[in-house]
Amino acid sequence: MRGGGERRVEIRGARIVDPAANRDAPGSIFIAGGRIAALDRVPDGFRPDETIEAAGLVACPGLVDLSARLREPGFEYKATLESEMAAAAAGGVTSLACPPDTDPPLDEPGLVEMLTRRAQSLDGPRIYPLGALTVGLKGERLAEMAELRDAGCVGFFDGNAPMPDTATLLQALRYASTFGFTVWLRPEDPHLARGGVAHEGEVATRLGLPAIASVAETIAIATIVELMSITGARVHLARLSSAAGVAMVAAARARGVAITCDVGIHHLHLCDRDIGDFDAQCRLVPPLRDPSDRERLCQGLADGTIDAVCSDHTPVDDDAKQVPFGEAEAGATGLELLLPLALKWGGKAGLPMVESLAAVTMRPARVLGIEAGSLAPGAAADICLFDPNKAWQVRPAALASQGKNTPFLGLELVGRVVRTLVSGRTVHST
Amino acid sequence: MRHNASLQVGPDGTLKHLLTTEGLPATVITRILDTADQFVSVSEREVKKVPLLRGKSIFNVFFENSTRTRTTFEIAAKRLSADVINLNVGASSTTKGETLLDTVWNLQAMDADMFIVRHSQSGAPHLIARHVKPGVAVINAGDGRHAHPTQGLLDMYTIRHYKRDFTALTVAIVGDVLHSRVARSQIHALKTLGVPEVRVIGPKTLLPAAVERLGVRVFHDMAEGIRDCDVVIMLRLQNERMNGALLPSAGEFFKCYGLTAEKLARAKPDAIVMHPGPMNRGVEIDSPVADGKQSVILPQVTFGIAVRMAVMAMLGSDHNSNARTAP
Repeated sequence: MRGGGERRVEIRGARIVDPAANRDAPGSIFIAGGRIAALDRVPDGFRPDETIEAAGLVACPGLVDLSARLREPGFEYKATLESEMAAAAAGGVTSLACPPDTDPPLDEPGLVEMLTRRAQSLDGPRIYPLGALTVGLKGERLAEMAELRDAGCVGFFDGNAPMPDTATLLQALRYASTFGFTVWLRPEDPHLARGGVAHEGEVATRLGLPAIASVAETIAIATIVELMSITGARVHLARLSSAAGVAMVAAARARGVAITCDVGIHHLHLCDRDIGDFDAQCRLVPPLRDPSDRERLCQGLADGTIDAVCSDHTPVDDDAKQVPFGEAEAGATGLELLLPLALKWGGKAGLPMVESLAAVTMRPARVLGIEAGSLAPGAAADICLFDPNKAWQVRPAALASQGKNTPFLGLELVGRVVRTLVSGRTVHST
Repeated sequence: MRHNASLQVGPDGTLKHLLTTEGLPATVITRILDTADQFVSVSEREVKKVPLLRGKSIFNVFFENSTRTRTTFEIAAKRLSADVINLNVGASSTTKGETLLDTVWNLQAMDADMFIVRHSQSGAPHLIARHVKPGVAVINAGDGRHAHPTQGLLDMYTIRHYKRDFTALTVAIVGDVLHSRVARSQIHALKTLGVPEVRVIGPKTLLPAAVERLGVRVFHDMAEGIRDCDVVIMLRLQNERMNGALLPSAGEFFKCYGLTAEKLARAKPDAIVMHPGPMNRGVEIDSPVADGKQSVILPQVTFGIAVRMAVMAMLGSDHNSNARTAP
């Protein structure tokens, strides 16, 4: 149940940072009926049922995450909907897109309905499923996109599964564009990437790891952009990893191609050097690349070439990481690290907080085409309250997610969520 | 970030594991080669045994088959009087679904003192070394494309034996560097020992990206690359790589990169020819060269036993201060 009835909440004395209004100023938020009633000025006759003292805290729109794997159905031993919804709330995330690479994959309306119903019953963050682009993510037959849209899917994606056949990709884009659906694609040529586990460069050479060159990404982007131009399809590129990829997106944009893209939070802070001596925590998809790639991704997110940063949250159990690097399952937990790592990126880039937060609120909301990421009166009262100065250490016990594996284990991060509200209701508080 | 040095060499310079030649200090390499010198004479005795590792259990754990390498380790361990247990794990545990670490922990529970590990995945021995009990040593006997440190060290021994000084040498490594753990181990050891010029020679399909960042000079023309070399190391070309997208044919490879007397004539007159074995005659190397007077391929095998004895003896004694390092 959304809405919170007629319950009235006042968040008092916060530093309100709302990228959608380019606002960073102290004030109070008045919530009624699950929506923002007003900022700063008490609406007539407003008597709060609950008052939240927020001195010293930042109040911003709840975070919007473009990729969080909740692992249900099929991978409950890695994580459950309960654990990962709690992790999202603990990370200040109030809207999240979940990729279809579950088991079975989200290629049938019934599965999507089951997932959204289960999520709704947990009364936490809002879930926006991405439906499968092809049946079984196999890249052969198109999934029932219109049916999946009716079931609640906001886009179509085959996750990390390769799209082995350009002809199928062309038809998928053509079909999706018939209905104006957005197709999500992870740009990677499956042939050039085959067998690779690390960026082709000095580190992979030194460690003797099978490599994936940046050209695997640029070839895919070139193909996608060409197919967009003849189909008119809308495409979102998931997880850019290379400087050359960012440059190609910028060039396509300059030509008027309506393409959007995102980057995973890890790729803003890490590079292939961090693999050290086979640290499986750094086994990620796409691979961590050169420091120069990392710098360009950071810059691309700052200059708007990259639309948003996401957690790329992928809970992986210890058994799947305690194996040789090349056999380790790719992925890392991320929901609870998204906010502090986004702040860290913004800090290093010298951005004001309102711009750092835009990359995890308003901008991803725009990619998804959802009404979120704003504190304007009338908007849903999805709010993240955090302490911007609180330092905390990333330890398994500090994470609500069932996935405890991350390259950031042991590191100290600054910025900790204190309370998360969805439709004016507190879904997490410390 | 984790560093090799802390995992395989203790703060006092003692060897804890042997995982890679990368980051292995020159002093440690020299100590291994000096110790091997003494073991060469053991192998020439009537009774080829010393009691250094008596009572120790050494497990040969091969997740990837290799009769030859396993045998050399077995001989080395037996000459040190250790008990050797050979496990061909590729054919048992992992196919039953047991994880690598479970396998190792099970063997550790059988009171192993040392693991000699070969695995198809780069980094597998590092993983094991991080999870064994203190005092248990891991020797990397080849992991993926990453490292084969005892091979690299026996090659250093061989070069030192014939050339004495490393600091004025030009060494060429020829062939499939991309897939070669041997080449990587040689390059790191040669650089550490002060070899001023290490060259790699091969077609672009068989040289890894940014290989020059390892400190080598890259040549694609064999005639040019071999000129004035003191040492020519030929790498083995795996059968499955001879005909495909990396190379058109074994014949064309031999024509361009095979070592013939004619090509060898461009190296220094006293240049030595090495090969880690097993050789493909007529692919990497022409028979007259393999069997010629500049070839030190068989001495490499002999020295390999002594070098592996040295590594095991040092690991045995560095872990147990009561044992002596020398015979």
